[in-house]
Amino acid sequence: MGLLDKQLNDGNIVITKVEDLLNWARLSSVWQVGFGLACCAIEMMATSASHYDFDRFGVIPRPSPRQSDVIIISGTVTLKMALRVKRLYEQMPDPKYVISMGSCSNCGGPYWEHGYHVLKGVDRVIPVDVYVPGCPPRPEALLEGLLKLQEKIRNESIVKKSA
Amino acid sequence: MKSTEEVFEILKGRFGDAISELVTGQPAESYFSVSPKEINKICFYLRDTEELLFDNLMNLSGVDDDNGEKKTAEDGSFTTFGGTLSVFYHLESTSLKHKVTIRVSVPRETPELESVAEVWRCADWHEREAYDLIGFNFLNHPDLRRILMPYDWEAGHPLRKDYKNPEFYQGMKVPY
Repeated sequence: MGLLDKQLNDGNIVITKVEDLLNWARLSSVWQVGFGLACCAIEMMATSASHYDFDRFGVIPRPSPRQSDVIIISGTVTLKMALRVKRLYEQMPDPKYVISMGSCSNCGGPYWEHGYHVLKGVDRVIPVDVYVPGCPPRPEALLEGLLKLQEKIRNESIVKKSA
Repeated sequence: MKSTEEVFEILKGRFGDAISELVTGQPAESYFSVSPKEINKICFYLRDTEELLFDNLMNLSGVDDDNGEKKTAEDGSFTTFGGTLSVFYHLESTSLKHKVTIRVSVPRETPELESVAEVWRCADWHEREAYDLIGFNFLNHPDLRRILMPYDWEAGHPLRKDYKNPEFYQGMKVPY
């Protein structure tokens, strides 16, 4: 972690690596696109609300993809919507992350066989960082997904290209 | 209050051969059939006549009757030839408190019937949905576009029994 586990013995000087500092700043303020698709979006909103309080991890819904770091695909991605999801993702500035929330967006969910209108997994159009299983996942599960994403960001390198 | 049988008799007296096939005694509600080219005229009559006053179109839905001849291909999929598709109209009178169900059957090869969007404005989107998913051609509809599937969907109408889903749509793989 670098920043926080160092004792502040030397007055107000903290020694850390640039990489750690950047990663720490990045993972502590992952702003999400204010965007929901289906019933998973209800759980996502519950996660944002006071009881589970997404904000304590630095997650705030932003009204524009251009101000966002993460897009949570919360619900069934229809073929019609998939094109819009892809466009939203392309409008986000780098570095950007994707959390696929729930069975539908992971793999098509209950629509996998007869859903003529459903994209069988959002990873067919945009790259996914974290998959959260569930139908819909409980807020705890989404929080776990976010912690996984933070762990991923924490281990990123500014030299090596991230996946 | 008029029963389906009474409504049927009133319409039969007025429109004759355009009204046919009263079906009763089923677990579901009774219904009768109307000719596809005259459904809009008859609906105007149903809405405006003093003793009927059907001011509310509760629902309009399409059905693939699945009564044609099926030809099975090698891969197990089949194509239907002949038979009919049907539209069901569920009408209600809010003032006289009676209801009626009407069926319009059209041949699968030429599924054409008159639109009732002029009679009840809510029929506009219902008919667009029936067009989108089953493929009826509602004549004189104000704006007959797809409503649920993408506008550039070329694979046909998904709720037909012999529908085949495409491999790809806009570069995205569709099957699992």
